[in-house]
Amino acid sequence: MVGAALATSQSALADYGYNLQVPASKVAHDVFQLHNFIMLVCLGIFVVVFGAMFYSLLKHRKSVGHKAAHFHENTTVEVIWTVIPFVILMGMAYPAAKVVIDMKDTSNPDMTIKVTGYQWKWGYDYLNDGISFYSNLSTPREQIIGTAAKGEHYLLEVDEPVVVPVGKRVRLLITANDVLHSWWVPALGAKQDAIPGFIRDSWFKADKIGTYRGQCVELCGKDHGFMPIVVEVVSEEDYKAWVAKKKGTAVVAAADNTKTFDTAELVERGEKVYQANCAACHQANGLGLPGTFPPISGSKVATGPIADHINLVLNGKPGTAMAAFAGQLSDADIAAVVTYQRNAWDNKMGDAAQPAAIASARGGAAEAAAPAAQ
Amino acid sequence: MSDAAHAHDEHGHHAHPTGIMRWLTTTNHKDIGSLYLFFALIMLFVAGSMALLIRAELFQPGLQLTNPDFFNQLTTMHGLIMIFGVIMPAFSGFANWQVPLMLGAPDMAFPRMNNWAFWVLPVAAFFLMVSFWLPGGAVAGGWTMYPPLFIQGGISYDLTILAVHIMGLSSIMGSINIVTTILNMRAPGLTLMKMPLFCWTWLITAYLLIATMPVLAGAVTMLLTDRNFGTHFFNAAGGGDPVMFQHIFWFFAHPEVYILILPAFGIVSQVIPTFARKPLFGYASMVYATASIAILSFIVWAHHMFTVGMPVTAQLFFMFSTMLIAVPTGVKVFNWVATMWKGSMTFETPMLFAIAFVCLFTIGGFSGLVLAIAPVDIQLHDTYYVVAHFHYVLVSGALFAIFAGLYYWLPKWTGHMYNETLGKWHFWLSVIGMNIVFFPMHFLGLAGMPRRIPDYALQFTEFNQIATVGAFIFGFSQLILLVVVLKTIKGGEKATTQVWEGAEGLEWTVPSPAPYHTFETAPVLK
Repeated sequence: MVGAALATSQSALADYGYNLQVPASKVAHDVFQLHNFIMLVCLGIFVVVFGAMFYSLLKHRKSVGHKAAHFHENTTVEVIWTVIPFVILMGMAYPAAKVVIDMKDTSNPDMTIKVTGYQWKWGYDYLNDGISFYSNLSTPREQIIGTAAKGEHYLLEVDEPVVVPVGKRVRLLITANDVLHSWWVPALGAKQDAIPGFIRDSWFKADKIGTYRGQCVELCGKDHGFMPIVVEVVSEEDYKAWVAKKKGTAVVAAADNTKTFDTAELVERGEKVYQANCAACHQANGLGLPGTFPPISGSKVATGPIADHINLVLNGKPGTAMAAFAGQLSDADIAAVVTYQRNAWDNKMGDAAQPAAIASARGGAAEAAAPAAQ
Repeated sequence: MSDAAHAHDEHGHHAHPTGIMRWLTTTNHKDIGSLYLFFALIMLFVAGSMALLIRAELFQPGLQLTNPDFFNQLTTMHGLIMIFGVIMPAFSGFANWQVPLMLGAPDMAFPRMNNWAFWVLPVAAFFLMVSFWLPGGAVAGGWTMYPPLFIQGGISYDLTILAVHIMGLSSIMGSINIVTTILNMRAPGLTLMKMPLFCWTWLITAYLLIATMPVLAGAVTMLLTDRNFGTHFFNAAGGGDPVMFQHIFWFFAHPEVYILILPAFGIVSQVIPTFARKPLFGYASMVYATASIAILSFIVWAHHMFTVGMPVTAQLFFMFSTMLIAVPTGVKVFNWVATMWKGSMTFETPMLFAIAFVCLFTIGGFSGLVLAIAPVDIQLHDTYYVVAHFHYVLVSGALFAIFAGLYYWLPKWTGHMYNETLGKWHFWLSVIGMNIVFFPMHFLGLAGMPRRIPDYALQFTEFNQIATVGAFIFGFSQLILLVVVLKTIKGGEKATTQVWEGAEGLEWTVPSPAPYHTFETAPVLK
């Protein structure tokens, strides 16, 4: 039965679903070939060894009257079946080593993207083009809890995909902000753990225009299963157009940091920021998860002095899952989310934080970071 | 599993405690062996229930039965309990029962330490289990306990560290006992190279445990001080390194995976010759292969970490050293097949489980070889392919060997033959169920499904549904095992001294059930 199942997997070698994903880069292609080669060798050995065993199970049984022989060692045979596997392994090691060396060669990139893992989203900084953004799961909550029909790319869709030009060597500098994550896009053959405090690199060169999807593959806490990766491989011209568009949005966003908003505007904007950044832990209703993530509704911070509230959001709380958002959100977004938290649910504080207050808190935060975080 | 009444007939002249005190204070290797085995049996159902809850959640995409945090608690606790609460105690149970009987020794070398080694285990299990009811729930950071995630958790993480310490202590005490017993208490004339292979595999396993358990203790102690006393062993912001934990952990945990399989090799090497009615082929090469696997296990650990970003030379070294393990493992498989070759085989339940072990463990070995190839591993690391791989070696490997050993020695321990029909039902449902659960997981991993996720993309649905159906078949068929064990203890056809026609060794020279005290004078070897 198992043999038959193995055979099925072999006959369907190239089918999506029974083998590695259809490769879209040279490294992924090499890995695909290497895996097929090793599987075929294993299958051959399996058939020989277990062919012998099942022959023996049929013929050398007491019920057919077979009398037991009494041999119990044979040095020649034992040496042979030690040496043959060794030779086979050397035949596998050589092509494998070539792929390892190729995978580890991250030199001469055409462009470099810094990838940062957060609980639970990815941040991307295009070091050559000066673009930065965060990439969150875009599957609606209703699909996950089953009150809405699931879309085609359920759990494998994001608000802001990584966009790269086709045929360019892309070097990834991968790190993390809080705990371990791992960045993986199967079809591109790139997987690298994201380690807080350390930068590791990887690379890929996509062969074909298309959309490639992957996921975080290192357990990173509650929403580990909900931080996908989407890479859009586009033509050179489309890439240039995308870069221009992203730079335009960045200018608009920067302008917001010097504006003064009224409370209603801040609350409206803050709710969106809250859903994208805070609701995973503190929940949409602000009640948190008892014992794991504290509530914001009715909390001392959200109903206390506004400066402490801003400091906590900016600097996080070391030793807990509460991240420092100073590097993740703009002044306008932090002002909005703080205002939202102070006016939503049971928190009817009625006050508001303006982007300018966040900017000045950032200035002071440098020296005051440690005490403020307590 | 000798019964209390019997013990009293034999030893009316001692003032034996009765009831619970008999089991709490016992220093008898057979009692302690039974305690270990009962503990493992209970924990099998505890951790197995968690597995069924995991599989039920994964039956379809979306969140139905659990939330992501509770799901992570289930996967973590399932792993920790199956490893430290089922497989390891079960092997210790076999060692306690069988090592003195096989060596012609009256008991283990340190009977009182033997009692302690067992009785700290339920305490550790309590610490692990109670955390489900503490604020924040049970530990959810994976059985591998990687920081910084492990630093974030609540009180249950500290309790888990404490439990790991206690289980390590238990293993070290048990191992010292086994090493001392084997090296010093063999019957006159029973040289090391004449010793049953089960004793050899446990001797080597015990050395692995003594060498690596302190390493694990060190790693979790560093986690404890990072969590509570402001050290920064694994915190880059304080000059530490989260990857260092992985190096230390896997320096323990790779030998640990052989700790979980070497005694299984031993059991299978006792069972196959008995039912093939032919001596074990290549005894000496089996011993050398076991020792080689143990030695190699210390220089392959970083193959669990091919995706952390090691230098190319390190990747190559760990890839080559890992591939080398296939050589001694292959020798073992060839030897088992050669033992069956030209034998006169019968297929009682122990033999069926042993044959399934050889065949299915080899599938796990092949997927291990695939994973040893660093570039392929980088694609498959932390996917369901790895889950499939280690369940093939731990379920159809370690657990099936435990079943084989249980059916094989149960008549000697209880004095009754088990019900062969029920045994065969248990075997066939287990072997079919097990393949339905775990074979599709290879495809899931290849197609890109990460492990440890409570919800998945739609293209993974069919294989997950098949796996869940298999899991329920496999899980519920273990109730047959429970029935068989309880029925055999209560009664059944009387077992002879020899029990199995082809059985050889000192344990088959004592009556069935084995008396409370055996070999009070050393046996004379023919």
